[in-house]
Amino acid sequence: MAEFFTNTNLGIFLLIVGQCLLIIVPLLVALAFLLYFDRKVWAAVQMRRGPNVVGVFGLFQSFADFIKYAVKEIVVPAGADKFVFFLAPLVSFVLAMAAWAVIPFNDGWVLANINVAVLYIFAFSSLEVYGVIMGGWASNSKYPFLGSLRSAAQMISYEVSLGLIIIGIIISAGSLNLGEIVHAQDGDYGLFSWFWIPHFPMLFLFLISAMAETNRPPFDLPEAESELVAGYQVEYSSTPFLLFMIGEYVAIVLMCALVSLFFFGGWLSPIPGLPDGIMWMFGKMFLVFFIFAMVKAITPRYRYDQLMRIGWKVFLPMSLIWVVFVAFAAKFDWFWGTFARWSVGG
Amino acid sequence: MSVVTLAFYLFAVGVLAGGFFTVLSRNPVHSVLWLILAFMSAAGLFVLLGAEFIAMLLMIVYVGAVAVLFLFVVMMLDVDFAELKAGMAQYMPVALAIGIVMLMSLGLAYGDWQMADGAAAARVAVTPENTQNTAALGLILYDQYFLIFQLAGLILLVAMIGAIVLTLRHRDGVKRQNVLEQMWRDPKDAMELKDVKPGQGL
Repeated sequence: MAEFFTNTNLGIFLLIVGQCLLIIVPLLVALAFLLYFDRKVWAAVQMRRGPNVVGVFGLFQSFADFIKYAVKEIVVPAGADKFVFFLAPLVSFVLAMAAWAVIPFNDGWVLANINVAVLYIFAFSSLEVYGVIMGGWASNSKYPFLGSLRSAAQMISYEVSLGLIIIGIIISAGSLNLGEIVHAQDGDYGLFSWFWIPHFPMLFLFLISAMAETNRPPFDLPEAESELVAGYQVEYSSTPFLLFMIGEYVAIVLMCALVSLFFFGGWLSPIPGLPDGIMWMFGKMFLVFFIFAMVKAITPRYRYDQLMRIGWKVFLPMSLIWVVFVAFAAKFDWFWGTFARWSVGG
Repeated sequence: MSVVTLAFYLFAVGVLAGGFFTVLSRNPVHSVLWLILAFMSAAGLFVLLGAEFIAMLLMIVYVGAVAVLFLFVVMMLDVDFAELKAGMAQYMPVALAIGIVMLMSLGLAYGDWQMADGAAAARVAVTPENTQNTAALGLILYDQYFLIFQLAGLILLVAMIGAIVLTLRHRDGVKRQNVLEQMWRDPKDAMELKDVKPGQGL
């Protein structure tokens, strides 16, 4: 039986499909509850109850929403470019899912252990802008178009600083493989060996850039309801809208996974002596998601020129200077070698 | 047929179809989308060749940045593409000639690289041993060809500064926002609190 899955073409294909499902299905189920959690946090901050009708404590609200979206009628605007109109949500959903192929959940628990994993993630997150821009254009309507243009400019701007921050991490870890990056954070001091200490300022820049990159409040200008109704999603209904929404949330959870891999040591345990494992990874992702939810709840929306100013005039110079600093620190072993970790674990 | 061959044919068809419809499609936005398909299939071909770093760069730089700019320009500019496309039959011979010349030079370059005497010796930068090919690329680029690499960067920098200088205009009489000045301003200078008695006013 084992030979069938490792030797024959069909076996390998089935094995890979099985592994993909093993990632996608739990991810989507977890997403349903994360959505619920997000709304509950938001509601708690605003002293509301939030979803509390479907199931115990409203736990099944997301599933009810799913059924509601799925059985609605699909409305296509008269002037829409039909092919691109339906391609856009698919692109947004598929790309967000595809990026998960290289995320390690535990030591060696990764679908594609490629040595350019960081670049792969970066490539796919830079492609996500197409879903938005195609959706906005194909709707053939003013608000979606304005929203998609805003979004494209915003995502491209923040990718630059995200990329520079990641370069700093890569210099410290000496590898583009996510597993190796986590291994490089393995040390004797538990949570104090992780990259959040040497790269502390960049943690904040990364979190904020990640929020802007995924169009998350306070940077949700592409879908600013007070200005653009719902931005690029205005003309979408039913399942295409659902795909957009799931794609967006999957990208957010992906960013949570990246923060925990880059800065908080992925599956490594924070206390020396406790076993490493997948639960640490999930716990860290959940904590980062909680931060995202809280930021959504407590911050007012930015103005568009402020957003662009922060991206280009503050984050870009800061992360660029940080890359130069990290390069020197790693090369000349400043700060007791905390910046040059490529020989530590990996 | 093995999976690799199947993937090769898939990507090859993708590149060809993408290039073909980029030229042929009536709608300029569709042209750009076909171009993206061509880029992505080319990235797939690079992966099959074992050049995964180049493939990812192609995705990030061309698909993620350049093609987005194309899309922007095509969506925003009011160019009558139908009129441009109308002259296609007229320019076809020139285009074909250029295409043939490029194909020939590619063929010549590839033939030289493979078959000419001493071609193997001319390939100075031999892959370093015992490294992954991304790391090997970095070692060669930053150790052996550091100066040339820096020069290429300098040229790009000059081009960027040129573009900024060409479009940077300062107009007089336009109110500008100075964010730092606004942030450092003292609330006491900005407003005055008055205690207004009801029925009296100020």
